[in-house]
Amino acid sequence: MSVLVYIENREGKLNKGAFELVSYASRIAKDLNTGVTALSIGNVSESELSRAGQYGASKVISINDGRLETLDNKAYTIAIEQVATAESATVLVMGSGFTGKAIAPRLSVRLKAGLVPFAIAAPSSYQPFVVRKKTFSGKSFSDVEVKSAVKIITLSPNSFGLHESPVSTAVTTFSPNLLDSDFSTRVDSSEKFSGKVLLTEADIVVSAGRGMKGPENWGPVEELAELLGAATACSRPVADEGWRPHAEHVGQTGKVIAPNLYFAFGISGAIQHVAGISSSKVIVAVNKDPEAPIFATADYGIVGDVQKILPELIQSIKASRSH
Amino acid sequence: MKLLVCISNVPDTTTKIKLSPDNKSVDLSGIQWVINPWDELALTRALELKETAGSSIEKISVASVGTAELEPTLRKALAIGADDAFRIDLNPQDAYQVAEELAALVKAQSFDIILCGIESSDYNGAMVGGMLAEQLGYTSVSSVSSLNLDGSNVKLTREIDGGKQNLTVSLPFLAIVQKGIAIEPRIPSMRGIMTARTKPLTVVAASGSSALTAVVGNALPTAKSACHMVDAENVSELVRLLHEEAKVI
Ligand SMILES: Cc1cc2nc3c(=O)[nH]c(=O)nc-3n(C[C@H](O)[C@H](O)[C@H](O)COP(=O)(O)OP(=O)(O)OC[C@H]3O[C@@H](n4cnc5c(N)ncnc54)[C@H](O)[C@@H]3O)c2cc1C
Ligand SMILES: Nc1ncnc2c1ncn2[C@@H]1O[C@H](COP(=O)(O)O)[C@@H](O)[C@H]1O
Repeated sequence: MSVLVYIENREGKLNKGAFELVSYASRIAKDLNTGVTALSIGNVSESELSRAGQYGASKVISINDGRLETLDNKAYTIAIEQVATAESATVLVMGSGFTGKAIAPRLSVRLKAGLVPFAIAAPSSYQPFVVRKKTFSGKSFSDVEVKSAVKIITLSPNSFGLHESPVSTAVTTFSPNLLDSDFSTRVDSSEKFSGKVLLTEADIVVSAGRGMKGPENWGPVEELAELLGAATACSRPVADEGWRPHAEHVGQTGKVIAPNLYFAFGISGAIQHVAGISSSKVIVAVNKDPEAPIFATADYGIVGDVQKILPELIQSIKASRSH
Repeated sequence: MKLLVCISNVPDTTTKIKLSPDNKSVDLSGIQWVINPWDELALTRALELKETAGSSIEKISVASVGTAELEPTLRKALAIGADDAFRIDLNPQDAYQVAEELAALVKAQSFDIILCGIESSDYNGAMVGGMLAEQLGYTSVSSVSSLNLDGSNVKLTREIDGGKQNLTVSLPFLAIVQKGIAIEPRIPSMRGIMTARTKPLTVVAASGSSALTAVVGNALPTAKSACHMVDAENVSELVRLLHEEAKVI
């Protein structure tokens, strides 16, 4: 018996999201009186991988197989299944980002393991095994009982946090047994989004809506984001009208995010928009309409014109830093 | 070539969620039911592909696992343009069971391309598509934002962390689609609504699948405390609050 946690790297580095998953897996392992094994796929140095020990992983398994450089749903599923079986994992923890969404359901079938996606907390009980998840786009929560022997959980980002529990870590390598026929997708080309901070990983997000009036007014939004080391985001009509790239659209039909701080400039706060941001720790809204629904979700608000408030906010942050 | 769009029947996205007094279930009275937004976009894209000159798609089917109450949603899909519909008669307990039932249908009807949405807006799983692909042994690609046919191959774009990739896959194939696959969902035309009444909607008996999970309770988020309003003439006060009180900048 063990808890297996699949961690992703970006260009060879583990990030906060990976450590949050290890923290979460460690909590479950502690409750079950067992150990945590972290699994990494990709070219990551041993010293970087051993950082997982800071959050409780006593063992890290590294798969470094060039064929797995890009995500192939079938091949990844088989590779992770082989590790889960070798480790006798009874609980498998993954992120709920692009890879988790693609792989966890396939693993669920292969391992005949009940899956709880978008979990927001550690299991509330183990017998029966019950985990709370978001439902109805964050408008409610459901407690899901998993009845199968093996369980899979994907964790909503920023919902458990980082918890250190240092242990000494052994890094080992694993070569999955994969046939060429297990690979079924061919990558023709790739494209990177511009913007230094990834929306799904950002601690601070500066978002704006139709109240900005047009794409030519986005300068201060980007300037504020730059100043705060934040990612930029937008409402759906802004992306649909081509004012901003689709990758920035947050909400029910866009990305669901949970930063520590979310700014909504000129966003009305429609229920479908709020669905994507309601898990943010602090929400700040600036809107000229005091009745805008966004104020019902926001923690701090200013009733005013974004064209006036945004530059003042930038000035004020700069001033607060200079002394 | 036959294409299947899997349809999840969900409450309208503006629905306010109420729970039953014992919190065991969601109070579904008075809810407007709609085609899950992503499935509506998937169907829209499927129709666009079928209408392209020289298209090899002969037929677009839609399928949903659920009780008779969801039939209006399938009729709407027929009115939008699907050729026929299947309802698998079962009140499913979880995504695993839905996928098993859909897999049985696909095996009986042999579809070359299957489209699923990235997630249902009710129990938000992002599960059925991947589970179905694995049941069938189909290639699957998730987070697909564009899809085109190229002879017996499919060319598509998927979003990944921090970027996009253009891929080629061969058939049979299952795509899990997200934003971008189509922009505006098609709405039924008057003629579509008339012809939908005569299109086949076949009720299929469940195949005896079983669930691995069950919802045992529900909760609503705690109400947020009132928004702290800051005067528009005093923006620096907002900065002070974010720094000293909320400690987020
Ligand atoms: C099925 C479905 C799914 C959807 N999914 C999403 C989704 O994922 N994400 C999403 O965002 N939306 C989604 N929507 C759309 C959603 O319902 C709203 O239409 C959308 O969020 C509105 O965007 P907005 O707030 O930018 O624009 P508007 O609603 O036009 O609001 C603009 C706001 O700016 C304010 N404003 C105007 N001028 C100024 C100014 N000078 N200074 C300050 N404030 C100003 C106005 O008071 C207003 O509140 C969805 C809709 C449907 C039906
Ligand atoms: N009951 C169902 N019947 C048919 N297809 C479904 C059903 N539930 C979910 N799906 C499909 O699976 C996708 C993802 O749903 P889910 O895994 O429930 O979030 C949906 O967008 C549909 O395409």
